[in-house]
Amino acid sequence: MSDHEYTPKSKAGKWFNDRLPLLTLANHLTDYPTPKNLNYWWTFGGILTFCLITQIVTGLTLAMHYIAHADMAFESVEHIMRDVNYGWLIRYIHANGASMFFLAVYIHIFRSLFYGSYKSPREIIWIIGIIIYLLMMAAAFMGYVLPWGQMSFWGATVITNLFSAIPLVGEGIVTWLWGGYSVDNPTLTRFFTLHYLIPFLILGLVVLHIWALHVPGNNNPVGIDIKKPSKDTVPFHPYIVIKDGFALLMFMIVFAFFVFYAPNILGHADNYIEANPLVTPAHIVPEWYLLPFYAILRSVPDKLLGVVAMLSAILILAVLPWLDTSKIRSAVFRPLYKQFYWILVADVLILGYMGAMPAEGLYLLIARVATAYYFLHFLVILPVLGLKERTIPLPLSITEPVLGGSPNMAMAKKKESKPE
Amino acid sequence: MSDKKPKRRDFLFTASYAVGAVGAAAVVWPLVDQMNPDASVKALASTEVDISSLTPGNTITVLWRGKPVFIRRRTQEEIAEARSVKMEDLIHPEKDEDRAKNPEWLVMLGVCTHLGCVPLNDKGDYNGWFCPCHGSHYDTSGRIRKGPAPWNMEIPKYEFVNTNTIKIG
Repeated sequence: MSDHEYTPKSKAGKWFNDRLPLLTLANHLTDYPTPKNLNYWWTFGGILTFCLITQIVTGLTLAMHYIAHADMAFESVEHIMRDVNYGWLIRYIHANGASMFFLAVYIHIFRSLFYGSYKSPREIIWIIGIIIYLLMMAAAFMGYVLPWGQMSFWGATVITNLFSAIPLVGEGIVTWLWGGYSVDNPTLTRFFTLHYLIPFLILGLVVLHIWALHVPGNNNPVGIDIKKPSKDTVPFHPYIVIKDGFALLMFMIVFAFFVFYAPNILGHADNYIEANPLVTPAHIVPEWYLLPFYAILRSVPDKLLGVVAMLSAILILAVLPWLDTSKIRSAVFRPLYKQFYWILVADVLILGYMGAMPAEGLYLLIARVATAYYFLHFLVILPVLGLKERTIPLPLSITEPVLGGSPNMAMAKKKESKPE
Repeated sequence: MSDKKPKRRDFLFTASYAVGAVGAAAVVWPLVDQMNPDASVKALASTEVDISSLTPGNTITVLWRGKPVFIRRRTQEEIAEARSVKMEDLIHPEKDEDRAKNPEWLVMLGVCTHLGCVPLNDKGDYNGWFCPCHGSHYDTSGRIRKGPAPWNMEIPKYEFVNTNTIKIG
């Protein structure tokens, strides 16, 4: 993995490293050459790792007090909130942690979209990322079911019923998922099992994600290939470590705001009512991070096609590296793509808002237009744009635009004209 | 693939893979099937409901196999409305006569066929039921008239044990 041979200094270290080269791995990670122009949008990988660890640690501690049974789950969550020492804190970190995780992952994904990080040679990193994102949605959904409140129960009912749209075998699959004829105790126990398992699957995929990243190295805001190590790179430690650390600190302030000052603002009051299979809450709405896809589901007036549209909206991302025909990675050098990028961001935000509103009248109309545009962006605009767009010439190195754009032009010129 | 004639060894490979695949499937099946409804869930197959206190124009909701069942004693207007609908106006054409054998009593699963929410009584554009989740409208026979649901609300197997009792399942 490492670009150069590494020998530990101490005798004991050398003895160990010859038998298990962990120190070589650690050396690779600290010396890992990183583009020196990475901006703060690149710090979300580290932030996401923090989110995953936080969810695993708080989840493990919650599991020590939670009871996965339809008659006791709701009460055991209240027990955690009221009786368990710091139970309220651990649960609020876990519940808001899910939202923070998605906030960070959306920024991370949109960063990739802007700077073309999904393009060759980084397609596998991107696809592993999409799988992680799908697993995150599965874990978040099943986690939301565990408190066994009204939103838990009806959310579980609606989402599992999506499978009933599959012709012929759909009903059988839903019964199999439920372990009965409705969402009930067997459903709760298996969701708890899977909710416990998925974060560890994600952890494994994160290792592959980073491994795949370390083969070509990081993309960067200029989006050009760079030699590594070279004048265009800095070692990961301490340069990136300190930058990631600072960004993480800022992120934790936002996180702490939600945990301590608005712990329930991202949830639904209905989930503090115990699950009742006889009454559906008047407005059932998924958590905010699933709203754009929920809007797509509802904007199609046919059950099967609605489900197909919703799943396609996610899976279309997996083939994005082949839909985007442009060889230029960074939107900085693609004036038209840059505009379409921001239209897409607005489109997804509009879809999210429409997902929270009732599916009728003007809301429904706007959701339909936004859904159509979403697919238009990926299926028509991106392939055509790559062939037609006149891009801005790329710089030869990361250093070139930095010096060219320096306010101190004279100094930059002098450096450039200096003979090697 | 190649022009070479298959050898004894190729036969052994294919046979081993085939036996291995059958063995793997036999081991996987119990692990998959354990998730299907178990014997105790299947045993809760029927429920008896007392309907003597129900007056026309009212609905009771009872739980059967974990799902709500609507039992509605319909008014004459509702019956007339349900029976006058033309088949070509229906998304899922079913005669009201087939859905409610005894016209006064409509017994059906109170589960929206879209994504499984419980529709609300006396709501919607067709005076029947309205699903708050994704906006499906049902008529006084529980038939889908407007919205994303593909089918009418399901009629479970039921029978009148006597004039005051219905057995569902």
